[in-house]
Amino acid sequence: MTPTDERRGLRARLSRPGETDGLVGILVKIVLLGLVDAIAIYAVFVLAAQEKWAVLAVAVVLTVGVNVVYLRRDGLPAKYLAPGITLLLIFQVFVMVYTGYIAFTNAGDGHNSTKSDAIEAIATKGQERVPDSPQYQLSVLEKRASLWFLVTAPDGTVALGSSEEPLEEVDDAEVDGSGKAVSVDGYSTLSFEELLDQQDEILAVAVPVSDNPSDGSLRTADGSTAYEYRSNLTYDEAADTFTDTTTGTVYRDGGEGSYVSDDGEALVPGWKINVGLDNFRRAVETPQLRDSLLAVIAWTFVFATLSVALVFGLGLFLAMVFNVASMRGKKFYRVMLILPYAFPAFLSGLVWAGLLNTEFGFINQVLLGGADIEWLTDPWLARFSVLFVNLWLGFPYMFLVCTGALQSIPDEMNEAARMDGASPWRAFRAVKLPLLLVSVAPLLITTFAYNFNNFNVIYMLTRGGPRFEDTTSDIGATDLLITMVYKVAFGTGTGRDYGLASALSIIIFVVIGVIAALLFRRTTALEDIH
Amino acid sequence: MLVNRRRVLATGALAVASSLLLGACGSSDDSGSDDSSSGSTTLTMWVDAERAPALKDAAASFKKDKDVEVKLVIKDFQSARDDFITQVPTGKGPDMIVGPHDWVGKFVQNGVVAPLELGDKAGDFEDAAVQAMTYEGKTYGLPYAIENVALVRNTALLDTPAQTMDDVVAAGNGVVKAGKAKYPFLVGLDPKQGDPYHLYGIQTSYGAPVFERNDAGDYDPNQLGLGNPGGVEFAKDLAAWSKAGALNPSITGDIAKTAFNKGESPYFLTGPWNVPDMQKAGLEIAIDPIPTGGDEAATPFIGVNGFFISSKATNALAASEFVLNYLSTEDAQDALFKTGGRPPALKASFEKAASDPIVAAFGEIGKTGAPMPAIPQMDAVWADWGATELDIIKGKVDPATAWPKMVQSVQSKVAG
Repeated sequence: MTPTDERRGLRARLSRPGETDGLVGILVKIVLLGLVDAIAIYAVFVLAAQEKWAVLAVAVVLTVGVNVVYLRRDGLPAKYLAPGITLLLIFQVFVMVYTGYIAFTNAGDGHNSTKSDAIEAIATKGQERVPDSPQYQLSVLEKRASLWFLVTAPDGTVALGSSEEPLEEVDDAEVDGSGKAVSVDGYSTLSFEELLDQQDEILAVAVPVSDNPSDGSLRTADGSTAYEYRSNLTYDEAADTFTDTTTGTVYRDGGEGSYVSDDGEALVPGWKINVGLDNFRRAVETPQLRDSLLAVIAWTFVFATLSVALVFGLGLFLAMVFNVASMRGKKFYRVMLILPYAFPAFLSGLVWAGLLNTEFGFINQVLLGGADIEWLTDPWLARFSVLFVNLWLGFPYMFLVCTGALQSIPDEMNEAARMDGASPWRAFRAVKLPLLLVSVAPLLITTFAYNFNNFNVIYMLTRGGPRFEDTTSDIGATDLLITMVYKVAFGTGTGRDYGLASALSIIIFVVIGVIAALLFRRTTALEDIH
Repeated sequence: MLVNRRRVLATGALAVASSLLLGACGSSDDSGSDDSSSGSTTLTMWVDAERAPALKDAAASFKKDKDVEVKLVIKDFQSARDDFITQVPTGKGPDMIVGPHDWVGKFVQNGVVAPLELGDKAGDFEDAAVQAMTYEGKTYGLPYAIENVALVRNTALLDTPAQTMDDVVAAGNGVVKAGKAKYPFLVGLDPKQGDPYHLYGIQTSYGAPVFERNDAGDYDPNQLGLGNPGGVEFAKDLAAWSKAGALNPSITGDIAKTAFNKGESPYFLTGPWNVPDMQKAGLEIAIDPIPTGGDEAATPFIGVNGFFISSKATNALAASEFVLNYLSTEDAQDALFKTGGRPPALKASFEKAASDPIVAAFGEIGKTGAPMPAIPQMDAVWADWGATELDIIKGKVDPATAWPKMVQSVQSKVAG
């Protein structure tokens, strides 16, 4: 090693940022990291108390990760990337993984929680008030940490009991002005506040009316009235079955996320289970879905492709026009052209829906002198309108991008082509456009992906309508895959089906992913021009 | 210089990272058990913006009497039902929610609502209201308001009521011909979905209810009444009324309301919620029963608004106390009527409100109605039903074939 080399190595080491951090930098770093760690430790305690182990693990991994990244000397890139990656994890990767998980479950209406929640809900539903039984006035008493119900029947008889001791009449109870028994010697009466402290215990109390358990038991919901209930559905924990006590029907876990009897009658609610590939199978096998799915996929491609073509075409044309050096008032025109881009798509969608209204819309009423054209309710006109509005919304972006790209192409290129005898069109085709595409092509691909999922325009303008006439599902002529998924998930028809909707989103993801990958590969060919 | 800038940037990145973590942790510990440690109990209730002011008083008096705070969270009415169903199982839902009775079916299907025993109080409410809150033999909500549509007539334009829909259309057209009005008859129709809800009363007079009811008064999802012979008759008449200019698919609820308030039509088929604005506009109105088309009585849908308690309420006892013993009182129901204008479900409050002849008339017509079905299968009906009616009104399809096709489609959806 030569001395020069050595010196260079030393200089390199000296200029490492970790070593040259100033005092302020170090202080700020310590304070910020300390804050992160303090909060993380607090969160760990809270999460541990709530037994949310998965979230806790993620929090610990993230915190340790952040500490390692910023305390290490080396790895400068990681210090820049850490915030972005954290965002990516939270907002992209997590959402994708969760969607993937839901796609393999039957989550949706009737199956939206865990099995234990379902068991609890069925058991509560099975509690039936004994017909013609009276309403009791209730005071809740406490004796040696056990809860007692002191009840007054409408005829004035007073009785006392607990979950273990059946109801028994008492005659030495103290009665208040309204005739309600409020206390008994040896027991303390709970105030409303004390009731609130023991809510769950009080709601769980069931005082047997007599020694015979099938006579029913007293329960309360508000701590001041009690009713006799009988359970007509009993849960057998060992066998995992519900039995209807009046008919004797047994409901078993049918393996499909609900309890079913032998005749196939299911108890509601059910619960969420893993159903494997069922959702994907349903998407392609259910005739109602399949037929409209094909139409929707076709329209989605047409919409996305045409949108990109129209938007790019108009944007590029306008950019070329306004790129002419001799034009006056260019700045003003440019600002005007960019305006649609400044409006939120949501708002523009609604405004256009109003303008295009058949009877009262500005376009029919004023521009067309009271014409009766069904812009949004005739299938082909609706498709046209959606594309038109999307063009109005989208061209300013392409106009901006193309203007920028055009200005970066040196004029000499054009001049050289013209000198060689090329016509203006030929010069544009052979020289300008390829150069332009180098920078614009990736944007065209993202525009395609964006329009493939252009929910706003469709939903605000037509809600996917007008509906197809040959299908029973709520799917229409302008529905894109994404609006169809939305309708499946949030049920404007037969109820919500998150599982199926997630499966469809995954299909969309795969389609877009493949197209984007293919196209990006093609664009690398364009770069060879440079 | 370069090094210096890099360092600043790296520190900035750390700042972003730390604020991210702060944010993430902040949201995860929000769900912590704040209320159990601080001693006082807090209830949360989801309400829509319209009802919140009326509930504030009830909440305040509950706080005073019982030292329990009721937090009113204002939710968008359209999404409240579905959000409730999604959030209750996660434990982050509210203790209570306000909503119409036809949510009950979905709530029960998803196990998110707790049964509510009204006990002797049930007798203090209108029977129809309690019945609407009852699903599969159990009561799930405390009713507070009943609403239904009726035919509102501008008495300055027409001073005598008409019995049948044909008469209504003829009388309305008479007024239009005389040049005193623009529309013979108004009803708000969604240009994309139609509006079977408003037209339902007329439809039932043909003997074609949406679902048949069993002896207990519950709707039976297996017996679709839409397919009764009267259904097609109704469909044919819809087309005829549309030709006569009485039904117009481009007139939405808002457009209809504006036009009626301007005195542009003698009739408006609507509910009590639009009455305050009519009075503000200075209209003299009378409330007529729903006109009939067929031979049977018109039975409009009744909607009952009420309070529901979540099956996973963290303060179930306090919530029951608030709903059963506070919101059921005359004072609370009076206050809700005063701000909302919807006729109260509590008999005593209704009688007070019925001193207003308009409220009394709506109430009287409501007695002939039937609760809107709460069964989850109802979701499968609305879209087809509305779209088909709309196509018929537009004259795009032949009612004789379109109606049976719609019935078949609904049937296949209900069957799953």
